[in-house]
Amino acid sequence: MGTRVSGERGRRNTLPGFGLTMGLTLTWLSIIVLIPLAGLFIKTFELSWDQFFGIVTSRRTLNALKISFGLAFAAAAVNLVMGVVIVWALVRYRFPGRRIFDAVVDIPFALPTAVAGIALTSLFAQKGWLGAPLAELGIKVAFTPLGIFVAMIFIGIPFVVRTVQPVLIDLDTEIEEAAASLGANRWHVISRVILPSLIPAILTGFALAFARAIGEYGSVIFIAGNLPNVSEIAPLLIVIRLSEFRYADATAIAVVMLVAAFLIIFAVNRIQSWAQNRIPVH
Amino acid sequence: MTDGQISLRAAATDARTEPGLVRWIITGLAVLFLTVFVVLPLVLVFAEAFSRGVGAYFSALIEPEGLAAIRLTLLVAAISVALNLVFGLVAAWAITKFDFPGKSFLITLIDLPFSVSPVISGLLFVLLFGMQGFFGPWLQNHGIQILFAVPGIVLATVFVTFPFVARALIPLMQEQGTLEEEAAISLGASGLQTFFRITLPNIKWGVLYGVLLCNARAMGEFGAVSVVSGHIRGETNTMPLLVEILYNEYQFVAAFAIASLLAMLALVTLVVKTILERHLDEGQPVSDD
Amino acid sequence: MTIELKNLVKKFGAFTALDGVDLKIADGELLALLGPSGSGKTTLLRIIAGLDWPDAGEVRFDGENALTRGAGERHVGFVFQHYALFRHMTVFENVAFGLRVQPRAIRKDEAGIRARVKELLDLVQLDWLANRYPSQLSGGQRQRIALARALAIQPRILLLDEPFGALDAKVRKELRRWLRSLHEEINVTSVFVTHDQEEALEVANRVVVMDKGRIEQIGTPAEVYDRPATAFVHSFIGESVVLPVNVSGGQVWVGDQALNIKPNGAAPGPSQLFVRRHDMQVAPPGGGLRGSVRYLRTFGAVQRADIALTAGDGETLIEIDTPRDRPLQIGEVVELQPTRFRIFSA
Ligand SMILES: Nc1ncnc2c1ncn2[C@@H]1O[C@H](COP(=O)(O)OP(=O)(O)O)[C@@H](O)[C@H]1O
Ligand SMILES: [Mg+2]
Repeated sequence: MGTRVSGERGRRNTLPGFGLTMGLTLTWLSIIVLIPLAGLFIKTFELSWDQFFGIVTSRRTLNALKISFGLAFAAAAVNLVMGVVIVWALVRYRFPGRRIFDAVVDIPFALPTAVAGIALTSLFAQKGWLGAPLAELGIKVAFTPLGIFVAMIFIGIPFVVRTVQPVLIDLDTEIEEAAASLGANRWHVISRVILPSLIPAILTGFALAFARAIGEYGSVIFIAGNLPNVSEIAPLLIVIRLSEFRYADATAIAVVMLVAAFLIIFAVNRIQSWAQNRIPVH
Repeated sequence: MTDGQISLRAAATDARTEPGLVRWIITGLAVLFLTVFVVLPLVLVFAEAFSRGVGAYFSALIEPEGLAAIRLTLLVAAISVALNLVFGLVAAWAITKFDFPGKSFLITLIDLPFSVSPVISGLLFVLLFGMQGFFGPWLQNHGIQILFAVPGIVLATVFVTFPFVARALIPLMQEQGTLEEEAAISLGASGLQTFFRITLPNIKWGVLYGVLLCNARAMGEFGAVSVVSGHIRGETNTMPLLVEILYNEYQFVAAFAIASLLAMLALVTLVVKTILERHLDEGQPVSDD
Repeated sequence: MTIELKNLVKKFGAFTALDGVDLKIADGELLALLGPSGSGKTTLLRIIAGLDWPDAGEVRFDGENALTRGAGERHVGFVFQHYALFRHMTVFENVAFGLRVQPRAIRKDEAGIRARVKELLDLVQLDWLANRYPSQLSGGQRQRIALARALAIQPRILLLDEPFGALDAKVRKELRRWLRSLHEEINVTSVFVTHDQEEALEVANRVVVMDKGRIEQIGTPAEVYDRPATAFVHSFIGESVVLPVNVSGGQVWVGDQALNIKPNGAAPGPSQLFVRRHDMQVAPPGGGLRGSVRYLRTFGAVQRADIALTAGDGETLIEIDTPRDRPLQIGEVVELQPTRFRIFSA
């Protein structure tokens, strides 16, 4: 609902302030978001294709991108599975501390990334609460790619949980009972009735967690070790290139990451509209 | 009762939930996972901060560097929240009270900063205002310092927190429609009277919600601010940046002391958020019976 | 104040919501806008109030162009379909709002505002609800508060959009009577929208019947009921039986049977015969509408019969009441004589 704006002769708005507020919105949006983003792309176009290609395919850059994208994908996959497990427990079961654990899910959203970074590092360091027992087993987490993976899992948890949870809550339990009364066993009910209804939400949560982990910086760099080609993430390489005043390199890496992020957002939008157009299961 | 009926009933109760062992395993996995990945890190922040006792904790906080970082963080957050609050109100008014083509595209543009990596957010402003940037030389000639100074930190923070207030208000105001405002206008109220007496009271919880989340992110932002700040001690270090420096210098108690303040901020934010969400659920429009 | 609408056109994209509306409303009149949902009633009301602007046409108040003024400058009291009460304000503050936002030069002082609000709440008989919030009121109470709020600014025109639409049947009846007497008391030019014919016919001095963005008929309640100007009005107001007929050679034909009624100037060709249920009587054979009795019940002095008329391709089942002194039998073929009817070209 709203007052219509476009139109011919004498058409006016009932509520005042459209010109002023729209003007301010577009101006401020341009200054803070659009012009800076355009600047990044303009800067990229100052590079020749060969230069751009050379930067992006240099060994160190390529490795950083591989590490960021590969580990982010793996971490998002873990979040997908564990997110569904957590949602299932929170929504379907009653256990002591359930409400607290429900609240705890939001902490990775709310905790500043630097705090998460040092906390995870100390936790998984060789003498840390978890690092020490793991070291006994010969597993080294902090300052290895495994550390990056752990931090990315931490940062991605809320995305899957908070997108899937409302869908499972809204899911009508009658369809389960109907399926059950038709003789389906529990596994059939879950795999054929419940999971298909959750799939759009699960994919959305996965994509959001993936996108977030690719760009994540604060919670990762402390635990990462930051060894070039081994445990150096792409955002860190941007920072390093900047400190070396190699702006072109920083820009090229940033553009690759940004385009990937936009593609993921686009994919999420497609998933959403696909889910809306699907004939509802209930 | 026939055998057929009995078996059907058994199947029905069976198929409505999982066997006890499965339930136990799922719950255990969920609890274990959240404990390891979320609860333990949070507990560790406070444990480390107080590991040398309360005295060491507070003396770490009142170091001049610590105080300067707290002051800068509060300043930057205050400016960023104020700017984004005004922007959010203005944008939400334009978007929800009028019909125009391209509305959903505009909302997508407002959302963009959420999908930009923090480091890239900072980089954007380095490219604009750095020495090799578009405006760098001109700023240098006129003696204006943006990068490695408070204005740069504010800009980067405003960028990363840009969508919060607008995103909290747009769905809320869309749902509330324009009828109350139209009623006010037809009763002779001016635009500003309508906004302050009708719209604002109706969206106050949404405004607080947006401000809360915006503030939490503004105070906690690390990547973007790290790129534009220049890490000048006592001058351009916000609390998250100071946490990094102290940690890298093995001053763990001090690092975790500052970190514990930020963790408290996060916890308080979550609690207040829950309260505000309750108010937002209650504030549905009055409809007819 | 008089209102004059000339050739109003309003489009929403490709859709024409108002398609050339002409209407004059006299001073002090209580006019009903009657039409099915989606016929453009709300749109018309919003244009009069200045909440929407037409794509073409004129709106004049006392001869003066109103389109140059915004909603706030027209002094129109608007009662919204769903009331649009300010949910964060008490009833008192809702009613006081229009007074509080007046320019300082003409604004009443606090005591003056209180007195006026009290007066209005007395008028709508709800002074005891002053400190409640809208969510604590019943539908009928909200309705009356919305009216009091609209009256606070001493409007020159009062517009009410489906004022009884959301209320249950009993409350509706009460409020109808109340609105009539209120109008007599304050005597301000008023337009109210409804899709309920009974409401329009009972409350208004004049009724405007709308369909698909056009005015179909303007007249007193008796006129629109007894002399519907178009087929739409006939079928929309009161219950009608519609039969396909043919007019030719000064005769009205059902199939190959000539009826003993006159075309009353209807143009030759395929047409529709409109008759109200109570305007038909069982008559001796000879030129009436033929049908067979399907079902019978008796209530006291009358018997009610379902009669299947054969007309055109199919059957039309109608229900009529006849006196018991002419007993009917199930399966009997009877003739029905229309005593009052209209014929419109198909
Ligand atoms: N803002 C709008 N945008 C698009 N179509 C509209 C709008 N307002 C009304 N319409 C359309 O105009 C027609 C008339 O609406 P309205 O005046 O509300 O009818 P009524 O009040 O008689 O039910 C309807 O078909 C409606 O869908
Ligand atoms: Mg309407």
